[in-house]
Amino acid sequence: MAVPEPQPRFESVPAVREGLRSVDYLADEGIAGVVYLADRLQKPVLIEGPAGTGKTELAKSVARLTDSRLIRLQCYEGLDESKALYEWNYKKQLLRIQVERGEDDRASWSEMEENIFAEEFLLTRPLLEAIRANDPVVLLIDEVDRVEVETEALLLEILSDYQVSIPELGTVSATQVPLVFLTSNNSRELSEALKRRCLYLHIDYPDLAREKEIVLARVPGVTENLADQIARVVRSIRQLELKKAPSVSETLDWARTLLLLGAKEIDGQQATETLHILLKYQSDIAKAAKELSAAAT
Amino acid sequence: MLDVLEGFIQELRTAGLPVSLTENLDAMEAVQHVPIEDREAFKYALAATLVKSHAHWKAFETVFEVYFSLRRPGPGEEGDGEPPEAGNLQLDESGAPAGGGAMDSLSPEELAEMLYRALMDADEATMRALARQAVTRFAGMEPGRPVGGTYYLYRTLRNLDLDGVLERLLEASREEAGGELTDLEKRLERDEYQDRIARLRQEIEAEIRRRLVADRGPEAMARTLRKPLPEDVDFMHASREEMAALRRTIQPLARKLAVRLARKRRHGRKGPLDFRNTMRHSLSYGGVPAEPKFRYPRPAKPEIMVVADISGSVAAFARFTLQFVYAISSQFSRVRAFVFIDGMDEVTRFFEGTDDVNQAVHRVNTEADVIWVDGHSDYGHAFGVFWDRWGPEVTPKTSVILLGDARNNYHASQAWIVKDLRQRARHVYWLNPEPRSYWDTGDSIVSEYGVHCDGVYECRNLRQLERFVEQLG
Repeated sequence: MAVPEPQPRFESVPAVREGLRSVDYLADEGIAGVVYLADRLQKPVLIEGPAGTGKTELAKSVARLTDSRLIRLQCYEGLDESKALYEWNYKKQLLRIQVERGEDDRASWSEMEENIFAEEFLLTRPLLEAIRANDPVVLLIDEVDRVEVETEALLLEILSDYQVSIPELGTVSATQVPLVFLTSNNSRELSEALKRRCLYLHIDYPDLAREKEIVLARVPGVTENLADQIARVVRSIRQLELKKAPSVSETLDWARTLLLLGAKEIDGQQATETLHILLKYQSDIAKAAKELSAAAT
Repeated sequence: MLDVLEGFIQELRTAGLPVSLTENLDAMEAVQHVPIEDREAFKYALAATLVKSHAHWKAFETVFEVYFSLRRPGPGEEGDGEPPEAGNLQLDESGAPAGGGAMDSLSPEELAEMLYRALMDADEATMRALARQAVTRFAGMEPGRPVGGTYYLYRTLRNLDLDGVLERLLEASREEAGGELTDLEKRLERDEYQDRIARLRQEIEAEIRRRLVADRGPEAMARTLRKPLPEDVDFMHASREEMAALRRTIQPLARKLAVRLARKRRHGRKGPLDFRNTMRHSLSYGGVPAEPKFRYPRPAKPEIMVVADISGSVAAFARFTLQFVYAISSQFSRVRAFVFIDGMDEVTRFFEGTDDVNQAVHRVNTEADVIWVDGHSDYGHAFGVFWDRWGPEVTPKTSVILLGDARNNYHASQAWIVKDLRQRARHVYWLNPEPRSYWDTGDSIVSEYGVHCDGVYECRNLRQLERFVEQLG
């Protein structure tokens, strides 16, 4: 591994936490701890958790915190090498060949080959770009569970050794170790090989106090009292057996809605009327409305 | 330290977590980067390196509690014999909340009052101290007594009367608000206090576990606490909590499976060359068809008929299978469900027009008309009814899944129906929730039916169920 000795980005776990707070991301102990470890151990972080709990947001916030460029690779079915790693710019190569033919007929094939497989003709894609970057970068591989199992193997070399092998050029090693975050919505089991190379972080729905803080931090103008009530109602709803529990982003949307409606505090009727912002299934809404308005005895 | 970690990882492996050698090394390295006296950080360092699936988190937590519980400082440990492994982990007790020792002299009434206050103010430190005190006082733990932790827990909780405390708390908050609360407020208050009481309960459980570990040593304790992972829980012997856990796992599992099935269908085989598409792509190579494109066949989705025994012994299994099949119903062109005990009824109507599968399953259990004579399983008669009423609707596109333990109460088997069924249907499968070794013992006649099926599968837990459904799609 030809990776230079790293400069730790973070002092300690509390420092990470404070830092993230300063960019409006409220991390709990576990999240901050794993980010800190990722930096110290130089390992990628695999983030899983329900939708809308701030997985992608964490990577963005860390980038903002460390003042790095965020390079994002959005995964999808059918993603391949040429979209993720690199591609030869064959159109330019063709042009070059044609130009050479016109100028000098005696150019040997080996010379030509050397010419057309130079860096000039290389199109870097997110992964290679992150490796070759000279400035600090945070690499975010979003929704990694969407690619096929075979494509996952593409990532392995990068994740463990921070290098990319290009047959025509040789191996490109990282000049500095980027922080790497992978997010997964758990739509399929990731391969053991991938998991083994990563630190694992499961971001769950936040607890009451943290959710309240998140609402306060992210929704300007909300009062402490209203934020508290919002967090409590959301917690009660999450305890029900629903198809899809409300996520943090939906909580925030709800808070903004209530604010726009000029609510000082939530009463039962208002809560029921705005439930469709928190919940997306008709059966869930009906269930929650029933539960919230039923006398709690 | 290394020894403790070694034992800890060994125990994780026995509990069923796949911990590889590299992960082991990572964990060793990770713990060097966190301050050793910070228990939470220590825990997350281990979790991040060793646990790679959220389903395993609970198992990890239990083992962690057992192995590293003695690291938490606190009074009440003085008298207990500590296992030698934990000796070097013992910390000074400066961080302990004050007042633990002073509680010994309180009367039960004063203790109850203190508990009430602590819950009212959500005072964590006092709650912890109280949990400790309650265990000392009420659990009646004696070293070497061969009783499980649940017994002590029960004794402690009975003495604390938490339901009464909850009522009192609600009463108090009502008075505080001055007048009646609205329904919503009431509900929120209740949830809040219930949450606090649940935390107290956890604290008590942890305390009991701590003492048991001190008494018996971590290895023995971990052995008694070892529980199967959710996907390995046996349907027929699941406890109520395990059932709830299973219900929660079923949705994500089904979603995963649906994605996999859809993918398999799309990428299964290559079809003939798609000339148009190939020409289109050849343009970027200057007219050379360098990248052949193929037309992918789209095989028809199978139609599923689930025929489930819902008599007492296998009801839980039938419920899960129905839930599971309906959760991935988008992968089938049509799903029809039939349930029987000794009569047969179609229950597809309960599932149609609702997106709440739980609700539908509940209605199946209460409303379906499945009793013909006495409510004891009679596979022969039930199959007979099925064949007469719905037999003509079975087509070569239909896969029929029969669920049950084939314990026929010594009635006639009518196995010829399954044979005829197989001739008409695409496939006939039998899922049996009993362990293979029990098959054909007593009144089980699974092989009589089994010889006529395309496959008979043992299906005792989610893992096996998942494997079966995958090969179906």
